[in-house]
Amino acid sequence: MSSVVLVSLASMAGVGILLGVVIAMAHRKFAVKSDPRIDEVEGVLPGVNCGACGYPGCRAMAEAIAKGEAPVDGCPVGGAAVAALVAKIMGVELKGGSRRLVALVRCGGGRAEARETAEYVGLDDCRAAQLLGGNKGCQYGCLGLASCVKACPFNAMFMNDNGLPVVDKEACTACGLCVKACPRNLIALVPDDMYVHVLCRSYDTGRVVRSNCQVGCIGCKACERVCEDDAIHVTDLLAEIDYDKCTNCGKCAEVCPTKAIVIEEGRFLVTKKAAS
Amino acid sequence: MGNLALTFIGAVLVNNFVLVRFLGICPFLGVSKQIDTALGMGMATTFVMVLSGAATWLVEHYILVPFGLPFLQTLSYILIIASLVQVVEMFLKKTSPALYSALGIFLPLITTNCAVLGLAIMAAQQNYTFVETIVFALGTGVGFTLALAAMAGIREQMEFADIPKALRGAGITLITAGLMSLAFMGFSGLIAM
Repeated sequence: MSSVVLVSLASMAGVGILLGVVIAMAHRKFAVKSDPRIDEVEGVLPGVNCGACGYPGCRAMAEAIAKGEAPVDGCPVGGAAVAALVAKIMGVELKGGSRRLVALVRCGGGRAEARETAEYVGLDDCRAAQLLGGNKGCQYGCLGLASCVKACPFNAMFMNDNGLPVVDKEACTACGLCVKACPRNLIALVPDDMYVHVLCRSYDTGRVVRSNCQVGCIGCKACERVCEDDAIHVTDLLAEIDYDKCTNCGKCAEVCPTKAIVIEEGRFLVTKKAAS
Repeated sequence: MGNLALTFIGAVLVNNFVLVRFLGICPFLGVSKQIDTALGMGMATTFVMVLSGAATWLVEHYILVPFGLPFLQTLSYILIIASLVQVVEMFLKKTSPALYSALGIFLPLITTNCAVLGLAIMAAQQNYTFVETIVFALGTGVGFTLALAAMAGIREQMEFADIPKALRGAGITLITAGLMSLAFMGFSGLIAM
């Protein structure tokens, strides 16, 4: 009995070794000289094949970088650290320090703050709920069904008790998949060193906003008047911060009557309850 | 000699692997959009088939049968086919990068193409001689190429046809494949195997 096992082992090992030798010879004979930098660049790229750079996977990105078709800092996931390594391999210098970006959910109207007008019982997906108009009085606010959380390949998002998604700033790689997943366009990529944010995307008039949500932007322009850096402007009844000009002074957040503007430092941007 | 010719014709038409035996359908539907790539795929597969036919015959008659190890047939055949595909892949990458990228994932997938394994097992079951096995493999490969090229030709024409919206894409392709299969069934009885 054991001889059958031995013979099987020996014969298969023999065949395997023979084929291995053939492949090794073929590999040497048919070797294709490729740019060695492709492998090096691929080695320092994150290797998650998320496609956020616009190329189908890290290998394709590495090939494009080696050819000079893609910028050395083209990997949004790797950020500055990876860009520096890639630039070193490619022998080019990085232009300026590009800021690290993180995702920001621009809605503060959770269960405690926003008025709900309906109970949604459909598919557990924001894009499906959006077709029906959602369950909140506010037509601009977060639908709370976590499509962005499900889209995040890095586990950098979770839903808090208030029914709003929260971004883990340290884990976020700014790949932008959550931005695409949100049917209400609530998520934006913002510089991670900025911590004064307008957490509202409602273009409704002040009266409508107040009836729907306790923390909505009513377009009162108090922030615009108090800002010394010309960094916040109210257009179409909604305040928006120009992050290139903002200095994180936080004066706008102090005067905001509805607390739609928040100051938040730290790893998680958690919206304050309206009462506080 | 006449026997070999019959084996060849039989493998190409009467028992066409794709259209009559329904083996190797994956590349038949996947790489049949353009005649050029279909021909390339057919040739690559034919090459693998002939090589693996020869290699499996040697293994069958010099290792498996003498040592009484028929249960290792599938295992050793897969091993051989996978290795040969590796070699073909490297060969194509070197000689024809355009074809290499056009074939894409379907090239390594020849490894798991049931037509290749089916050919090797059928040749063993029929107790073909070495020469017969090679001719059978060549015929099978040519039949495979023929089916792919014919399908690609039809699909190229269909690009301009006014196909009902619901049938566009996979639907009309499968219907075409079925009609082609019916046509090839007409060859049965051409020669008595």
